[in-house]
Amino acid sequence: MKPAPFDYHRATSVADAIAVLAASEGSGKLLAGGQSLVPLLSMRMAQPTVLIDLNGLTDLSGLGDRSGLGGPGASADGPPTDGSTGSVRFGSMMRHSELCRQTAHPLAAEMAGWIAHTAIRCRGTIGGSLAHADPNAECPALALVCDGRITVQGPSGQRRIAAADFFEGMLQTTLADDEILTAIDLALPARWGFAELARRQGDFAVVLAAVAELDDGWRVVVGGVDSTPIRVPAAEAALDSGVDGAEAGRLVETQIVAYDDIHGGASYRRAMAAELVRRACDMAFSQAAPSAGETGAVKSQP
Amino acid sequence: MNTVAVNLQVNGRSVSAAVEPRHTLADVLREQLGLTGTHLGCEQGVCGACTVLVDGEPVRSCLMFAVQIDGASITTIEGLADADGTLHPVQAAFTECHGLQCGFCTPGFVLTAVHLLADQPNPDRETIRRELSGNICRCTGYVGIVDAVELAGRRAAEAEGGGS
Repeated sequence: MKPAPFDYHRATSVADAIAVLAASEGSGKLLAGGQSLVPLLSMRMAQPTVLIDLNGLTDLSGLGDRSGLGGPGASADGPPTDGSTGSVRFGSMMRHSELCRQTAHPLAAEMAGWIAHTAIRCRGTIGGSLAHADPNAECPALALVCDGRITVQGPSGQRRIAAADFFEGMLQTTLADDEILTAIDLALPARWGFAELARRQGDFAVVLAAVAELDDGWRVVVGGVDSTPIRVPAAEAALDSGVDGAEAGRLVETQIVAYDDIHGGASYRRAMAAELVRRACDMAFSQAAPSAGETGAVKSQP
Repeated sequence: MNTVAVNLQVNGRSVSAAVEPRHTLADVLREQLGLTGTHLGCEQGVCGACTVLVDGEPVRSCLMFAVQIDGASITTIEGLADADGTLHPVQAAFTECHGLQCGFCTPGFVLTAVHLLADQPNPDRETIRRELSGNICRCTGYVGIVDAVELAGRRAAEAEGGGS
């Protein structure tokens, strides 16, 4: 239960981290919060030659403004001019505890509160959780439900990846071996809801559900039923046409295929997904609906 | 074996150590600094026994490498009581409420509770249970532990508010 030996490099900048990572030719690992990586090292399921510590990179830990400007790797996107709700940019090294405290994106704060325990949230980061890509974790579902745009940097520069194209499978993403996740932009929903079933407080979810009303309609995301969190387009379209949460939940149950494991069979997971979507919708519908001219008002969130 | 020099404050004392990168904070506290009050249960972040405070925040010391903590301030269970042996109020409440049996999980519970009471004075039992949910005790069940934290919180609130 002790990690195999490795070299330790405290990154001084994103460029420095990329250089060391690229030089390791796939045998290096990035260390963010370490709350999933360190157990893997201790169990020797991962044995990197070099560990590149991102914890000194304070420019990755901040919160951008709603326009998506500012913060790490500032994008060329201007502030929204079309009355849309805009988005919030999170640096990849923002810790879950800070994600809970921030008020710029209430759904992110709500979902972060469900992540593990205080001691884990004090270290774990949003970027680390996204890169780890556990399908039962909150951050990947958050990314998907808010049309997340993930910024990564590598030796050949920066690219943006839609969350829908980022999660490939269980613990697998399209992040390349020599790339670093530096930020994520999350659309700010007008209304939103979240519900989760876990065996004990702080455990990974058995099933979780998030709904968000974005500028072009509803998003319905379920985690814990497949190898990545999934959207359920039929339920989204139904919500757009005005059905209630119970009906959206019923559609989810008929649309998804879940897996069996010791924590729950497929039919149980599908039934729970239906119920959690219903609860998430109830939470969303209890929030004030955005009226014309008032779209994007952060103050409309509870 | 390559080592890295780190300087840190442990329980208010400046300490220098040469650490192997693969050694966790818990390893170094226990084996190099002799602070064996920090207990290692699962070594994978589940049991909470190794919880210490790093710059005032609770951290699993099995999930952080010692090489990462250069310049940080650490509080372990050994740093809570006064120099004359007077127990920290949370420790005192644990003894009064039978909040421990074998004592293995206790350091992690106490440090988690110290942080909780600093962050949310006088929490209710539901809050206490939620905040202690990351710590596992295999002896007692949790009633005595929750009683202890509730008592320590109530006493702190009474001292603060002059009994109002």
